[in-house]
Amino acid sequence: MTTSTSPTSSRPSSPPRSHAAFPSGPIRSVQGQAAVISGDDIDTDRIIPARFLKCISFEGLGEQAFADDRLELAGAHSLDRPERRDARILFVNRNFGCGSSREHAPQSLMRWGIRAVVGESFAEIFFGNCLALGIPCLQVSHDSLVDLQDLSTADPALDFQLDLVTAVLKAADRHWPLEMAPGPRHLLLSGQWDATSQLVAHDQELRATAARLPYLVNFAPS
Amino acid sequence: MRVSCCESRPAVSRPPFGFRLLGSAEVTVSSGTLYDKVWDLHRVAELPGGATQLFIGLHLIHEVTSPQAFVALRELGLGVRHPERTVATVDHIVPTTSQARPFADPLAETMLATLESHCEEHGIRLHGIGSGRQGIVHVIAPELGLTQPGMTVACGDSHTSTHGAFGAIAFGIGTSQVRDVLAAQSLSIDKLKVRRIWVEGRLPFGVYAKDLILHMIRQLGVKGGVGYAYEFAGPAIEALSMEERMTLCNMAIEGGARCGYVNPDATTFAYLHGRPMAPSRANWERAVAWWQSLASGPEAHFDDEVRFDASALAPTVTWGITPGQGIGIDEAVPTPEQLEPNERPLAEQAYLYMDLTPGAAIAGLPVDVCFIGSCTNGRLSDLRAAAAVARGRTVASGIKAFVVPGSEQVARAAEAEGLDQVFRAAGFEWREPGCSMCLAMNPDRLEGRQISASSSNRNFKGRQGSAVGRTLLMSPAMVAAAAVRGHVTDVRELLLAPPHPEPAQPEPALS
Repeated sequence: MTTSTSPTSSRPSSPPRSHAAFPSGPIRSVQGQAAVISGDDIDTDRIIPARFLKCISFEGLGEQAFADDRLELAGAHSLDRPERRDARILFVNRNFGCGSSREHAPQSLMRWGIRAVVGESFAEIFFGNCLALGIPCLQVSHDSLVDLQDLSTADPALDFQLDLVTAVLKAADRHWPLEMAPGPRHLLLSGQWDATSQLVAHDQELRATAARLPYLVNFAPS
Repeated sequence: MRVSCCESRPAVSRPPFGFRLLGSAEVTVSSGTLYDKVWDLHRVAELPGGATQLFIGLHLIHEVTSPQAFVALRELGLGVRHPERTVATVDHIVPTTSQARPFADPLAETMLATLESHCEEHGIRLHGIGSGRQGIVHVIAPELGLTQPGMTVACGDSHTSTHGAFGAIAFGIGTSQVRDVLAAQSLSIDKLKVRRIWVEGRLPFGVYAKDLILHMIRQLGVKGGVGYAYEFAGPAIEALSMEERMTLCNMAIEGGARCGYVNPDATTFAYLHGRPMAPSRANWERAVAWWQSLASGPEAHFDDEVRFDASALAPTVTWGITPGQGIGIDEAVPTPEQLEPNERPLAEQAYLYMDLTPGAAIAGLPVDVCFIGSCTNGRLSDLRAAAAVARGRTVASGIKAFVVPGSEQVARAAEAEGLDQVFRAAGFEWREPGCSMCLAMNPDRLEGRQISASSSNRNFKGRQGSAVGRTLLMSPAMVAAAAVRGHVTDVRELLLAPPHPEPAQPEPALS
């Protein structure tokens, strides 16, 4: 059992795609075609409509990425172009991923095959959710972004090389500088983006913190 | 603004990692604010990359964003570190008509059964259906007294910002972070900057906290708060009830701010006093003394400050596809020329999607469905405000109108006051508690191009269950006004005018 109650007919059909391994270890580069998602304030309900959240596993969410937008565009959506069936990078505008905290959104993109998002800006929770999956969200200027979107739209099969070490995106003998705060970038490059083991390792410090919290030690409910 | 020199805390010297993506000179320098105090108290360790490991005092979970976290925990061979600090309920997928188990929708039933099994396995309290304490997670935690000043609160739900109303630092997280809180009662997170939003005046007659926050988001934008915590302060905020403060903080995230908060005061303490999980009588004075010490003091330094005047506000309605596209009830849908150039592409999308003409008045726009409820506006005071409009009136012909209380406690309290009867007599349906048509993960949804007047928090495309459905956000009183008139209406007209007389009851026949 994986995803939704909606009838199969209301699902967009997608081109056959090759499956890439999920991110693991150090993330240094991403290479592949790009898909173009235009518009500011694309919210996580758009990325994965709520009806697909009726599941207890993220498996199967890949096919539902941007389900309603793709259905509306009947095959003309950027993700549905056959030339882009192996898209690994998304080009997005401002405040991408705003709204709901649902990790189902980056999970669906990851399961579609997306391994990096390049945009003008990102909503915070979405950025953090991507980081926790090993998917870098990198910023570029508005002009560069428009340039990149135009380029990928004109040539959907164009291959892009994203280098996280140098923070540069390259394609067709051109390059664009990328920005990412040093903290998350370090975590991705060093493969430490999955925080759980670090958090668990500080159990002694956790105890010390709990021991100084008034609501735990002074007036905890009986 | 000056930087305080009397803080004992060392100045923040590390670079601003994380949420400030520009990676430039944007350094967090707030000090002496409630946010700073609570942050420092909960700091466990510094992590590689510069993030902070932050202790989470209260972890709330529900059926949608937790199942994968429990599975991941098992795969890592980890248990729940502090099961007594996690509290569960079920809200998103519950039907609001019959809540008998098993649910008619097998997927919904599976989700609840999975939550029950995980809570049972790990010893986590679950406030389930029929317990008397079930409801929307952001309604039940405050009403049970779980949410308290000075806590850090996290939940796999963006509207966790609601709990900031108590002077808690509360924010939404993704499922990987739910796993982290379960495993380590803490999160890897970066400190936000603090923007004080100072509000003068008082909310005028017929204007509610919902109107205030919609107005703020309109002015500051849906991304204006990215990188910030919002501190709401000033005379207008101090005059708000706790439920109004919750409405305000609830939608901080719609303005891009991951958390919003209000400094705790006598209103906060009065609300908490006597609640089941609030400090006991023996501990009460100590708790209040600590809570009082948390408020941002006169020496507090903020990274930014903006000011509003509540007295100038009108009932506010969204016309577009983001919560920032709001206007006063007496205004018209803005024309492209009235908008900043970078707002125009989204406005063009919104005109098309909403089928609205630039320059058209919003008042008088016909609606199909009226929804009162959600974590934003599903509390007792919201239902009272809506009932005051509905009392003695009738839902207009062809309108589907329904009321979904935010929790079982809200439902019982409303019924004890007879509000359910007021709504039913007016032609509203009175439902069982849950998230309902806010996001339509249960059977409550728009059909086709229907347009709703909704007291919820998001008007995104497709949000209310139809890929082409349309949403107008407004206060619960405004939704009730739209229901009885059949179109978007200035609620102040109805609050001032006497309701239609009740239809005369036929005299009982003499036998």
